[in-house]
Amino acid sequence: MKIEVLGTGCSRCKQLHENTMQAVIAADVEADVSKVEDITEIMRYGVMSTPALVIDGVVKTVGKVPSVDEIKKLLK
Amino acid sequence: MLANLASYLVFTVLGLAKGSRLGEAANFFVYDTIKIFLLLITIIFCVAVIRSYFPPEETKRFLSRGKEYVGNVLAALLGIVTPFCSCSAVPLFIGFVESGVPLGVTFSFLVSSPMVNEIALIMLWGLFGWKIALIYIGSGVMIAIISGIVIGKLRLERFVQDYVYTIKMGETAATEQTFRERLKNARNYTVPLLKKIWPYVIAGIGIGAFIHGYAPEGFLVKYAGPQNPFAVPLAVLVGVPLYSNAAGVIPITQALMEKGMATGTVLAFMMAVTALSLPEAIILKNVLKLRLLITFFGIVAAAITLTGYLFNAIL
Repeated sequence: MKIEVLGTGCSRCKQLHENTMQAVIAADVEADVSKVEDITEIMRYGVMSTPALVIDGVVKTVGKVPSVDEIKKLLK
Repeated sequence: MLANLASYLVFTVLGLAKGSRLGEAANFFVYDTIKIFLLLITIIFCVAVIRSYFPPEETKRFLSRGKEYVGNVLAALLGIVTPFCSCSAVPLFIGFVESGVPLGVTFSFLVSSPMVNEIALIMLWGLFGWKIALIYIGSGVMIAIISGIVIGKLRLERFVQDYVYTIKMGETAATEQTFRERLKNARNYTVPLLKKIWPYVIAGIGIGAFIHGYAPEGFLVKYAGPQNPFAVPLAVLVGVPLYSNAAGVIPITQALMEKGMATGTVLAFMMAVTALSLPEAIILKNVLKLRLLITFFGIVAAAITLTGYLFNAIL
């Protein structure tokens, strides 16, 4: 599973990255989590409010920081 | 009722003397703190729910159909309800430009969105009353409309960083939310935001309380009263680089106004603080060439200064 956290480096983006890492461990899934900070890459997903969470190329959440539990549900 | 609770806490529980400087400052502090936090919790939550119906992706689609003038008005109004944080300014700007929203209309949005925000409104309403809050929204929206129209007329498209025009945006499927999810998201938004701003609120109210209790009556009349023609531009100059923390600044300005600062000057100062800031300039430098950035700040600062003079003259 490929997970990307889109964000230009604000505090909410870091929080989302952290929550995602915790969710991956808690859900016990094989996943490659990466941060995408390049604006051209972010725009390619059509995202206008950061942070956003992308799982296997599909935008799951935009402009908010979902909790660890919510991300766990998205991972299934 | 809140006022009674505050004076009970200060004068009865803490035993401070009524009319003493410390007592008055403490009373101001306790009353404002309770009132502001109650307002903040309720209104941030409600606005977060309302906002979930106006995601920026929708706003963009809506504005890209519009023309100038009507578009500027719509953009300024949508700026009130659309979520905006300065860290999203770049993707937002690119998204607007890419989908064909005129540059001037984009700027109307960029001005109104941070300036006319719910935190500023709550603080103004709670501390100054609803009239000042309404004047603030009204003039904020007007400034956004006019600045956007002027920037549009100047034809500054070539001063947008070139790479912006090369970006191709993908389509995002809009995620539909149930009402329950909206409430939950609103809670997830309100709690961290309050955690982030509470120290500024307390610090602002603290400084305001100090001025309230210790500064002599009318000591600002000479410097910042309606008679001093330089007070407004000076307030704007000081306010522009400051980072918008409406929550922290407004209690201070309330105390300043009480000590004789003119209403228009106070409004101009608050607008300068919320609408423009140094961190915002640094972020926008990523998408704007220096000339457009300076033009943008210049026009908005000029519009705010004029608004300040206007209200000093009529209020």
